[in-house]
Amino acid sequence: MENPENVIEVRNLEIDFHTYAGEVKAIRDVSFDLRKGETLAIVGESGSGKSVTTRSLMGLLAPNAEIKKGSIMFHGEDIIKKSEKDMQHIRGKDIAMIFQDPMTSLDPTMRIGMQIAEPLMKHKGLKKKEAVAQALEMLKLVGITDPEARINDYPYQFSGGMRQRIVIAIALVCYPEVLIADEPTTALDVTIQAQILDLMKDLQNRIDTSIIFITHDLGVVAGMADRVAVMYAGKIVEYGTVDEIFFNPQHPYTWGLLNSMPTLDTASGSLRAIPGTPPDLLDPPTGDAFAARSDYAMKIDTEKQPPFFKVSDTHYAATWLLHPDAPKVTPPAEIVRRQKKFAEMQKPEAPFAHTASKE
Amino acid sequence: MRKYLLKRIFYLFLTLFIVATVTFFLMKLMPGTPLQNEAKLTATEKAAILAQYGLDKPVWLQYFIYIGGIFKGSLGLSFQFSDQAVSYLIGSRMGPSMQLGGQALVVGIILGIILGAIGAIRKDTWADRLATILSILGIAVPSFVLAILLQYYLGLKTGWFPVAGWEGFAYTILPTLALAASPLAETARFIRTDMVDVLSSDYIELAKAKGLSKFGIVYHHALRNSLIPMVTLIGPLAAALMTGSMVVENIFSVPGIGEQFVKSILVNDYPTIMGVTIFYSALLCLLLLLTDIVYGIIDPRIRLSGNGD
Amino acid sequence: MADNLKDIEIKPGDFEPLDKTAGPDNERIAAPSLTFGQDVWRRLKSNKTAFTSFIVLVLMFLIAFGGQAVYHHDPNAQEPKYANLPPKIPGVGLHGLNGHLNQSGKDVDVYAAAGAGKDVHYILGTDYLGRDLLARIMYGTRISLEIALIATLIDLTIGVGFGILSGWKGGRVDLFMQRVIEILSSIPQLVVMVLMATAFTKTGMASIIAAIAITGWTTMARLTRAQTLQLKNQDFILAARTLGESAPKIAWKHLLPNLSSVIIIQTMFTIPSAIFFEAFLSYIGIGISSPQASLGTLISDGQKNFQFLPYQMWYPAIVLIILMLAFNLLGDGMRDAFDPKSKR
Ligand SMILES: Nc1ncnc2c1ncn2[C@@H]1O[C@H](COP(=O)(O)OP(=O)(O)OP(=O)(O)O)[C@@H](O)[C@H]1O
Ligand SMILES: [Mg+2]
Repeated sequence: MENPENVIEVRNLEIDFHTYAGEVKAIRDVSFDLRKGETLAIVGESGSGKSVTTRSLMGLLAPNAEIKKGSIMFHGEDIIKKSEKDMQHIRGKDIAMIFQDPMTSLDPTMRIGMQIAEPLMKHKGLKKKEAVAQALEMLKLVGITDPEARINDYPYQFSGGMRQRIVIAIALVCYPEVLIADEPTTALDVTIQAQILDLMKDLQNRIDTSIIFITHDLGVVAGMADRVAVMYAGKIVEYGTVDEIFFNPQHPYTWGLLNSMPTLDTASGSLRAIPGTPPDLLDPPTGDAFAARSDYAMKIDTEKQPPFFKVSDTHYAATWLLHPDAPKVTPPAEIVRRQKKFAEMQKPEAPFAHTASKE
Repeated sequence: MRKYLLKRIFYLFLTLFIVATVTFFLMKLMPGTPLQNEAKLTATEKAAILAQYGLDKPVWLQYFIYIGGIFKGSLGLSFQFSDQAVSYLIGSRMGPSMQLGGQALVVGIILGIILGAIGAIRKDTWADRLATILSILGIAVPSFVLAILLQYYLGLKTGWFPVAGWEGFAYTILPTLALAASPLAETARFIRTDMVDVLSSDYIELAKAKGLSKFGIVYHHALRNSLIPMVTLIGPLAAALMTGSMVVENIFSVPGIGEQFVKSILVNDYPTIMGVTIFYSALLCLLLLLTDIVYGIIDPRIRLSGNGD
Repeated sequence: MADNLKDIEIKPGDFEPLDKTAGPDNERIAAPSLTFGQDVWRRLKSNKTAFTSFIVLVLMFLIAFGGQAVYHHDPNAQEPKYANLPPKIPGVGLHGLNGHLNQSGKDVDVYAAAGAGKDVHYILGTDYLGRDLLARIMYGTRISLEIALIATLIDLTIGVGFGILSGWKGGRVDLFMQRVIEILSSIPQLVVMVLMATAFTKTGMASIIAAIAITGWTTMARLTRAQTLQLKNQDFILAARTLGESAPKIAWKHLLPNLSSVIIIQTMFTIPSAIFFEAFLSYIGIGISSPQASLGTLISDGQKNFQFLPYQMWYPAIVLIILMLAFNLLGDGMRDAFDPKSKR
């Protein structure tokens, strides 16, 4: 491990999918770290490779996937090199996962108590009785009312929000070091979404786990994450702390994402979606993949991949706009506003800096 | 649930009533009487025999007598075996047929589940291909061809099994195998298709994320979810077994209902044909009803709501 | 991860704004887009088993329906003195194909023993009445296929008609029609067939066709109904309805094309089932009767001599099995090909 603070270190990950049309280059040189106890959000449009990245951490890639390059270090060992048997001891115990759709994530024919107890029996070697007893504790923890009565119910007897709580209980029952939440609230309606997010934050504090939080909705990131990685077309294009990404974004794609996000202080008229569609990963463009959709594209963007330019110790962005020789451009008005706010926040004497990060 | 049951039972009787009626009138259309060597009989003898069978009465009256008889468990008298009641005939031949059918169903379903599960778990490997070929062959090779081949090669030529007859368990092995091929194949195909679906579902993904072993996933999650809908296949499988039993019992000289049915057809023993027809239909209807009830009980998704689709 | 800026080689003009009109078009779709039909065909072709089955079926049809134009032998011509001759192909010395048989340990030239001249040879041998087995198998296959195809056609018409009507009308009509199907499908298929075949035994082929068609259509009706129910409320159908198109026209122009995949797949399974039931009925003696032949009667005839002349049953049985296999495999392939979920 390069840094003892890190739980997971992903380096230069490249993943292809074999399809009849050719090789889909889904992940193209992705590197990131996950620190102890932090929440790292991965945001990006649909198809940008968020799920594939996280599935590779679990060793749960589709059979047509091939890891071309890179390493995923966990406890000083490369997960990619581990056998399926070894992975089974990591999954659900050290790294757990919550899926998008709670309506289909639970086995319809098994009592939920048993479903929560299963990882305990597998990883902690508990007898069924003890495991179910712990499952009951977990049910209480995730806020199921009257857990004693409901532990023997089947999934269809619960609402979507309740089911997602049960899925969370399953994921956390072994107190994993890392929790991967792949759009855990996308399938839920807004009020339930907030409850589930609160629950996750609360549980994170109690059982001290690192979370990788995947979403395409920047709105939920602000209250949830410590750091954010922005993905586009199989690459991370910018990463930094929540404040840095929200208030001092550098990559035109991040600008676009923020611009398309409704916030309380956005003038409702300035909201706009990013035009165009992501590139075809069968044949990714040579330069900056976002160039074709960017108003700020330069000639070099079509020729060379931009490297990561350092913005601060914690903030990097892969865009040629940060090259010292590049002309200075003016970001969209909304971004300029955010950057101004950021500058104020940076002033040490600011009386109460408004931060969007976790307390 | 109760209302549903009552409705189903009503339809069961309606179905049987229709079967009995149609069968009765179809058989009335046919030439043929219980008189075996008509030429030699005198007019009074003929009349006596016809009266014994109730054939001297007008057709509509015969019909009511027949339907009424069914409620009392009577299916008339056989033409072929003079003065033997059809219900007795069926009853005395039920044992071997039920044993064969039951054995074939159990063997077929168990082997079919194993074969289908292997196919699904090892999808697109040689094991899957082998399982698929076996199950396709089970469907493509008709039971009578299989029966003849088994009888000749495993019975006559090698002498491993008795060739024909019904004198103990050894005699049941070949006919059971011949009969089991089709339910085996159908089960294997059903389970494979269903399990491939199940294995790609989200809850299996979650089970993988729990760190369960491949075996644990299949045993605790996939199999259970695939086996529940399998219950609905039992009725159709039994229907296919009835078909198979006609030829298989015949080939192996098993004294069962199927063998009798073929004989009755060939000698135009109409009362027996009608009786067996109604018996088979009743059996299938009952089985369908039973499997429906069982399905409702074992599938938690429809257990409480009481109305599945 | 900080990059050394000096390593990046920058050319003059690199930071010029990009002329978007000249830029590469990233909205081009790289995977070739195929029409539904092309896609199905491509996937069918890529499925080797299904494609082989298709070729095999084409060959079987050609031989069954056109074979007699090449192989001029009367399937019904009896030649009692040449009864039960084994296969003999001129010029082939292989045992089993050279007209010799093992009789009580001795190799006997059966053709010579029967007093047949040098020019007499039956490629697949003869049956117990001295009829040419190859001719009879071609003839029997044709009859079997004819029965199966006609029965399937009737089955299809009734099933699709019933299904569309039931699904389209909905309400009470649908409810009633569903009950009818429910009742019919709880009667064992075999029972109906045997009844039909015995009741109308004089009519031969027609009664078998009727027996098979009457019992087979309920599955088709169920599938079409389910599909019709789904389609009924889709926009293009609703549009056609508001435009005042007549129901039959909508059914023909809009429903049927969308039902076609379901119908085609189901047909692929109805045909082998019809072939099986024909063989079954003929085998137990209430189907096709001589001098007509079908695969069922040929197997039944061959069985009588199976112990001594196994080829008499093996050949028709193999033809029957190949037909059943090919149809089932093709059906499986079609189902995969039509299923958009199984994109590979
Ligand atoms: N099994 C697979 N076969 C082929 N391509 C795949 C496969 N799985 C993923 N991909 C491709 O990989 C890319 C990344 O997919 P991924 O599921 O990671 O996107 P995502 O960022 O999670 O999107 P979403 O927000 O929709 O979940 C997509 O272009 C997708 O088409
Ligand atoms: Mg995803």
